[in-house]
Amino acid sequence: MEIDIMTIIVGGLLAIGLFFFLAGAIGIIRFPDFYSRLHPAGMIDSMGLLLSMSGLALFTLFDGGLCLASVLNSLKIALIVVFVYITSPTATHAIIDAGMRAGLKPWTKKRNPQSK
Amino acid sequence: MTLTTRADKSTAGMVKPLHDSRENAPERRLRPIPFIITFLVMMSMWVIFSGKFDPFHLTLGVISCLIVAYLSSDLLITATTLRKIPLLWGGFLFYFPWLLWQIVLANIHVLKLVFHPDMINRINPQMVHFKSKLKNDMALVTFANSITLTPGTITVSLSLYGDFSVHAIDDASASPLPGDMESKSGRIFGE
Amino acid sequence: MEQVILYSGIALALIMALSLYRTLVGPTILDRLIGVNAIGSETTVLLIIIGVLYKKVDMFIDIALAYALLNFIAVLASARYFHKRKGLSDESNDY
Repeated sequence: MEIDIMTIIVGGLLAIGLFFFLAGAIGIIRFPDFYSRLHPAGMIDSMGLLLSMSGLALFTLFDGGLCLASVLNSLKIALIVVFVYITSPTATHAIIDAGMRAGLKPWTKKRNPQSK
Repeated sequence: MTLTTRADKSTAGMVKPLHDSRENAPERRLRPIPFIITFLVMMSMWVIFSGKFDPFHLTLGVISCLIVAYLSSDLLITATTLRKIPLLWGGFLFYFPWLLWQIVLANIHVLKLVFHPDMINRINPQMVHFKSKLKNDMALVTFANSITLTPGTITVSLSLYGDFSVHAIDDASASPLPGDMESKSGRIFGE
Repeated sequence: MEQVILYSGIALALIMALSLYRTLVGPTILDRLIGVNAIGSETTVLLIIIGVLYKKVDMFIDIALAYALLNFIAVLASARYFHKRKGLSDESNDY
């Protein structure tokens, strides 16, 4: 089984993207309150999706020769990323606004002075 | 406001809305250049999503894109920005790679926080309030969306006059606000 | 090449199981919503990986795009719905 340069690039992009996904999942578990958990969730949406989608788009572009259908498929994958980049701030703001209106108090260091 | 229309009389008892575009605008007429631009954008979207080039699908695309462009050409391209469209898109073209680089830097910062064993003492969640210098609505919205898109800072509320409330995860994310991002997103819209 | 993508898909499924923890345990409803949003983003990538593995990318990309749309609408609608729940703040008193 030969290892060409495309395998390395696509595999590397996918691996870094999955690492960001993993970091987002762990951050959602570890962080202390609802407001701070939104920051790793934004990390999933911005970086992990961008890297893994660009890896998959590169694979789709060069898989089975460069023809019109694969170019169109890669453009569609790029459009998914553009769409998520437009809508992700709106969704995040909707969640944090719901928390504010429901009256959840943010976790601060002052109110939890020694958290060990 | 000198002209009194039927709409004025019928809404006399109610609270008058701030911007009623139906009163200020003249009668609705089709402007050709926004129509053509909207049609071209819609048609390229259709071709990308359809992927078929036989006459049947292309005719369907032309018909539906004509309908959509007729209905919504004044929503995509408004009258005030018609002359500034190339400047606007050029500004976005220069702004987006810089924003992407800021997103990468902020991601690496939050990544270090997530995997740090002493995470609970390193984070310092806080609300930052500041007033922006920007006046344009679109510039404010672009700035707020850019703040939310970079991990570590989330826009909680934004008023019409530019009062921001931002939730930041630690001091390193909170201190550079509003920073370069404000002037750069304002420069797209000519401020 | 297919092997790399296959193992990436398996790892992504495991990460999704990790994100499910916050959806199941999370003290408030909005915490569960964050978990649901994260799982939706990961599902979009997983759908394209499945499409690559089955050699039907053109079909699965459309499904992934529709899923991304649906994820956005679902999160927006449920966030608008739950902002009136006053019992939400009582649920989060344990920290």
